[in-house]
Amino acid sequence: MNITINGKMQTIPDTVGNVQQLLEYLRLADRIVVVEINRDILQKEQHAARSITDGDTIELVHFVGGG
Amino acid sequence: MLRIGPYEFSSRLLLGTGKFPDFDIQRRAVEVSETEILTFAVRRMNIYDPAQPNFLEQLDLQKYKLLPNTAGASTAEEAVRIARLARASGLCDMIKVEVIADTKTLLPDPIATLEATRILVEDGFIVLPYTNDDPVLARHLQEAGAHAVMPGASPIGSGQGILNPLNLSIIIEEATVPIIVDAGIGTPSDAVIAMELGADGVLLNTAVAGAKDPVKMAEAMMLAIKAGRLGYEAGRIPKKRYAQASSPMEGMSK
Repeated sequence: MNITINGKMQTIPDTVGNVQQLLEYLRLADRIVVVEINRDILQKEQHAARSITDGDTIELVHFVGGG
Repeated sequence: MLRIGPYEFSSRLLLGTGKFPDFDIQRRAVEVSETEILTFAVRRMNIYDPAQPNFLEQLDLQKYKLLPNTAGASTAEEAVRIARLARASGLCDMIKVEVIADTKTLLPDPIATLEATRILVEDGFIVLPYTNDDPVLARHLQEAGAHAVMPGASPIGSGQGILNPLNLSIIIEEATVPIIVDAGIGTPSDAVIAMELGADGVLLNTAVAGAKDPVKMAEAMMLAIKAGRLGYEAGRIPKKRYAQASSPMEGMSK
């Protein structure tokens, strides 16, 4: 399926069914990362329950140095 | 003690985490600064490099409160979204509202800052807006529920120091929440002046991160903020036009 992550179109396996699985697929599951899907900001405990479907727009953000 | 919302801090130095030469210098600078509040920005992750090092993940998060900023926002809506993204990390509920209106001066948009502050207070955040050194605006932000107000000393990263001590002192005098001087600090003496004016704290980043020796500068700033605070609490002598001898005039041996 095709989804947009951080502004770029990506093709991911159809076995990736939810946000938790997407983070595992991207090897980001153990990182401090916040997920927004179709403008809906997720809490960590929502990751496993939130399914991913073709055409979704996902933002993955984290904390970087800043003043 | 610096009290911001429900939190108490013994350090009055808030340290930014941008632009350090490397993580090791940054870690040592943070340590000697004795800061308890670190600011961060919220940005997209590089999903192609899962191993990318991240400073925040190397910190003992029990020791520090995180103060994410909304830098990059130019509207109240964008600031609110960034704040909510930051809070969804589950690591923090404080937010530095930063809505920039102009790319050259990086001066804050006062109207959007006030609007974002109102929304985020309503939403349960501990809100610290970065603002102009305008006493009336500071009052509005306070009335909107800001938990601290953070007027700039001079433009972000400029190192110009305190350009309008009069306005800052009026803001401090009238405040019922902590006033933290944020942005524009260049040298330890700038930080001392801010604290002598009665500021409750100082937030700085470039002055330390961009110094020739950031670790040494972090220590200098820590000492400056302590010295300025002690001086403020001690109460300075009034300035006089002419000299006044320190030694007694009587009892001279002739």
